[in-house]
Amino acid sequence: MSQKELHQQGVAELAATLRSRAVSAVEVAQHFLQRAQADAHGAFLPGGLDPEVTLAQARAADARLAAGTGGCLEGVPLAHKDVFVTRDFATTAGSKMLQGYRSPFDATVVARLAEQGAVTLGKLNCDEFAMGSANENSAYGPVKNPWDAARIPGGSSGGSAAAVAAGLTPAATGTDTGGSIRQPAAFCGITGIKPTYGRASRYGMIAYASSLDQAGPMARSAADCATLLSVMCGPDLDRDSTSLDVPAEDFSRDLARPLATAGKDGGPLTIGVPTQWLEKEAGPAHGVSPTIYDTFWQAMDTLAGLGARFKPIGLPNADHAIPVYYIIAPAEASSNLSRFDGVKFGHRAAQHGDLLDLYKKTRAEGFGDEVKRRIMIGTYVLSHGYYDAYYLQAQKIRRLIANDFQSAFAQCDVIAGPVAPTVAWKLGEKADDPVANYLADIFTLPASLAGLPGMSLPCGFSADARPLPVGLQLIGNYLDEARLLNVAHQFQQHTDFHRRTPTGDLT
Amino acid sequence: MSLTPTDIQRIAHLARLELQPDEQAQALAKINDFFAIVEQIRAVDTTGVEPLPHPVDALAGTDIALRLRPDVASEPNQREANQRSAPAVERGLFLVPKVIE
Repeated sequence: MSQKELHQQGVAELAATLRSRAVSAVEVAQHFLQRAQADAHGAFLPGGLDPEVTLAQARAADARLAAGTGGCLEGVPLAHKDVFVTRDFATTAGSKMLQGYRSPFDATVVARLAEQGAVTLGKLNCDEFAMGSANENSAYGPVKNPWDAARIPGGSSGGSAAAVAAGLTPAATGTDTGGSIRQPAAFCGITGIKPTYGRASRYGMIAYASSLDQAGPMARSAADCATLLSVMCGPDLDRDSTSLDVPAEDFSRDLARPLATAGKDGGPLTIGVPTQWLEKEAGPAHGVSPTIYDTFWQAMDTLAGLGARFKPIGLPNADHAIPVYYIIAPAEASSNLSRFDGVKFGHRAAQHGDLLDLYKKTRAEGFGDEVKRRIMIGTYVLSHGYYDAYYLQAQKIRRLIANDFQSAFAQCDVIAGPVAPTVAWKLGEKADDPVANYLADIFTLPASLAGLPGMSLPCGFSADARPLPVGLQLIGNYLDEARLLNVAHQFQQHTDFHRRTPTGDLT
Repeated sequence: MSLTPTDIQRIAHLARLELQPDEQAQALAKINDFFAIVEQIRAVDTTGVEPLPHPVDALAGTDIALRLRPDVASEPNQREANQRSAPAVERGLFLVPKVIE
């Protein structure tokens, strides 16, 4: 095939095609809208598409392309996880609480992408208020994994991952609180990165756990993620008090650097492998499935062949990441979600007595089970008599986890590990067992708690009749996203896992 | 440690959530499942360890720190736009059930 179909092109390729005027932004938008409307995976929310709005944005992009004033993403369609508020599309955060909600403004991340000419296709399904690891907690139904529709796509950015994998959009935004970009990216065979906490503005990102939430791109290659991340990040000092006062960067700058010179000292890249997660001699252990074990060490062989060296490292306190995260995140959620009270926006119970009853009934009707559970856990660990034993103790261990990473990064440049202990599980398999879902987050939570950048890239497939993608996690030190993307890009220059699609064709 | 039905009722009240009896029973079982995996952290020795409430705090010693912005209003008045999604509004005010008799 001499000419790739539009949906087989990545972000950079589409941007170049559009700049060459071989195809118009309106034609591109129509192509993707058609695919999105025909999709059966539930990646877009019901009501998440509005072709008139999308086509109007595409026409404006065409005008800028004709005038030669387009941005670096001019005319490229993108879709947004529904926790980013948007003026032109309803925003629900996957909750009944916000059914039909219209924000008066665009999230900073959405606005920055639009400033570079991105055209919004629509809003993507996700776990309610981003609380979940399987996308089964959405009030608007689960999302199906494009590789096997009987399986979950991962979560909470499940709609984003499924939409990219199914070729409904060249890329999407996601958010990651405890792994919500990395884990669905792994389960759907795409690439996703969560930057250092504070790199991307949280303004207009509906808050779940404020000290953990970060935005990031999900796409089909590390190179495309680098392009998008460069646009999404940058200081937003007036609007987000946690936005880092660090200049925007070109995260693509080091993509081409060979791994033999990708170390901090200009020497070979040193990859740290946490021995409590994966030890080659020990075989698959610590809940890691044989598929994950095998693909991980194959990926390490590939990286070694490219000039990387390895160093066993220890992250002893990372073993406590699950209880620590599931205390801190619900504590912050219980506070953040107190704003949903049936007064200022969102759902209000039709039948109610006094003001207290209005609050209680509104919240009972508007929130799903998992959200209620996390609000209650958070309320409990913050309450008198339990604060020190749980919340404060969790924050102290969080410090120990962050310290462990700093000791590790004194010996290595990046850390590699699995994203999840298994491949995507079956829809419904863990739906009634929240703790089983929490346990599957073990490998993504530590970097989140420390605020470090982390990414997932495809590194192999399972031997199932319908092969399921496996992700490789790379964790970097603070502000070291460019090195992560460098390593991922070099890996992708020598492998084709990221170019495979659920329909079997290489893109 | 295990939570009791009374704990669940108290937390639900504090969190302003009305729970039906079957929801209370389910919440009790699942939250207790969760606290079973939490117990391990009580044994961790954190003597002399400062809590890390915020990841930027881990960057202490670099020139990156949490900041305060000047205490000036930076947003224009957008009352109408902001109230567009409110369930009940009258003359620019949010309506709630009568609070004072």
